[in-house]
Amino acid sequence: MSVRRYTATDYVLACFMGILALVIVLPFYNVIIRSFATPKAVNSQLFYLIPTSFDLSTYRYVFEKTDIARGLMNSTLVVLVGTSLNMFVTTTGAYALSRKKYPGKSLFMILIVITMLFDGGIIPFYMTVKGLGLINSFLAMILPASVDTFLLIILINHFRHLPPSLEESAHLDGANDVRILTSILLPVSKASVAAVGLFYAVARWNEWWLAMFFINNTDQHPLQLMLRELINSAASTLSMAASAARHSTVQTMPEIMQMAGVVITVVPIMCVYPLIQPYFARGVMVGAIKG
Amino acid sequence: MSQLRMSIWKNRYVYLLVLPTLAYFVIFKYVPIYGVSLAFKKFSYLKGITHSPWVGLENFREILVLPDFWRSVRNTVVLAGMRLVIFFPAPILLAILINEMRFKKFKAFTQTVYTFPHFLSWVVISGVMLDLLGGDGAVNAILQSLGFEGKNILVSNEHFRFFLVGSEVWKEAGWSTIIYLAALSGIDPTQYEAADIDGANRLQKIQIIVWPALIPAVSILLILFLGNVMNSTAGAGTETGFMQVLNLYNPAVYESADIIDTFVYRRTFFMGASFGTSTAIGLFKSVINCVLLFCANKFARHLGGNALI
Repeated sequence: MSVRRYTATDYVLACFMGILALVIVLPFYNVIIRSFATPKAVNSQLFYLIPTSFDLSTYRYVFEKTDIARGLMNSTLVVLVGTSLNMFVTTTGAYALSRKKYPGKSLFMILIVITMLFDGGIIPFYMTVKGLGLINSFLAMILPASVDTFLLIILINHFRHLPPSLEESAHLDGANDVRILTSILLPVSKASVAAVGLFYAVARWNEWWLAMFFINNTDQHPLQLMLRELINSAASTLSMAASAARHSTVQTMPEIMQMAGVVITVVPIMCVYPLIQPYFARGVMVGAIKG
Repeated sequence: MSQLRMSIWKNRYVYLLVLPTLAYFVIFKYVPIYGVSLAFKKFSYLKGITHSPWVGLENFREILVLPDFWRSVRNTVVLAGMRLVIFFPAPILLAILINEMRFKKFKAFTQTVYTFPHFLSWVVISGVMLDLLGGDGAVNAILQSLGFEGKNILVSNEHFRFFLVGSEVWKEAGWSTIIYLAALSGIDPTQYEAADIDGANRLQKIQIIVWPALIPAVSILLILFLGNVMNSTAGAGTETGFMQVLNLYNPAVYESADIIDTFVYRRTFFMGASFGTSTAIGLFKSVINCVLLFCANKFARHLGGNALI
């Protein structure tokens, strides 16, 4: 293959794509540096682009005066327990659904795929969880998200494409399906299983609406829901302030607290992102759509 | 018959392993679908869903005369249409552009950036955006300093729907390119070389090589998109719709942004409406959804791609 020289179109395209990337990066950058700034420094610039102050008092305030620390703990617990349950249900289910023909298998698959297109809606879902007696229970944040259908299908496809010889010899040795899954298939599937686990962990971290629906006690709320409260209260103080001082970019305390809240919530995702990025870049996710 | 029994016995561990997954789908997906029967019942706490008395179409008669109901139907349909026209093509276009980029490292970097917002919740996105785009936000301040008229799009019924769709493009378009880019990576490089020899320019190559390679993915995703375009708790549409609107809207824009799901949510949990009528509203939505799904399926077949049914 010959190496062609870059044309003007290549540079124009690269510039355009770079601008698009900036449109995504700049808002986050702005939020991050604002969370470390004093209100005065933020107000001195039209768009706070150049950090001119460094101040940790907002974070100190957020951790001391709000329930954010508790929210962090609640979220961590939800991620740990929730992801463990997700992995248990998804690996066992995916293994069983990847086996060759057995009575009932196609029915199971059809039942699962149908739920990707139809659901009962908000109220019947609420009634179901309520009917199980899960209102105000920690399990209300855990059980209703036990399986993600897309991730389940990804893992089914993965197991299906492993060489059959792996398990045939184990079958001959008299190992049952539980043994085959735990001591033969899982060890050779570490990468895919880890990827699915990370996707689950991110989803668990981002989850807030189960808690919003089912948990009345704010002490049990995850970080995301507390952030939601922080944003709502900042928005309402803002609209009050707005009527008093229109057209002035007043940086208020609730706003900076909101910025700090966003940063605290996003940092774990930023840490995990480089780990998951290679998986979807390599096309692990694509199997789900093709399957 | 004994053969079937033997086959089941032989696979007894498989059934054991599939049990938790099946239990989940039955309890959290199919029981709610059964619960849709509430739409035709008058719910009583004492009797539960099954034993609550049937009331026929009573609930529907009640909701059809609510002006806010029709407002939410209109908003849902209009937003679904806008998402179809603006959001759905965005990742296709983006994937084609990414595919055309020649600086390898920069290409990988931009892709990493575009995909990132997908991994954040709408709560976080609202924290980032509301502040930036509000009447006192930085974007408005910059526009004003450039001599434009300042507008608070967050309270403007004229602009808010565009903000909703735009924020979805911002958050999800990068992630959605992945499937298209995978389809494009399957193109045989000799096709490009042959086109070069024939003297085809970039646009022609996109037209004759890239676009045909995308069609199967486009058609299947179109079906999934329309199947979920109005859904709130199922499948791929989970994050958008209800989650998005609930975090971004405010009372000033109910007129243009209150969708069926947010209406049901507020009505049931804050205004104490009956479960029966709220379920009926949800069912009404599902029916529109079904119609859309069948249309999409027909259209996908027409496009020559894979149809689902």
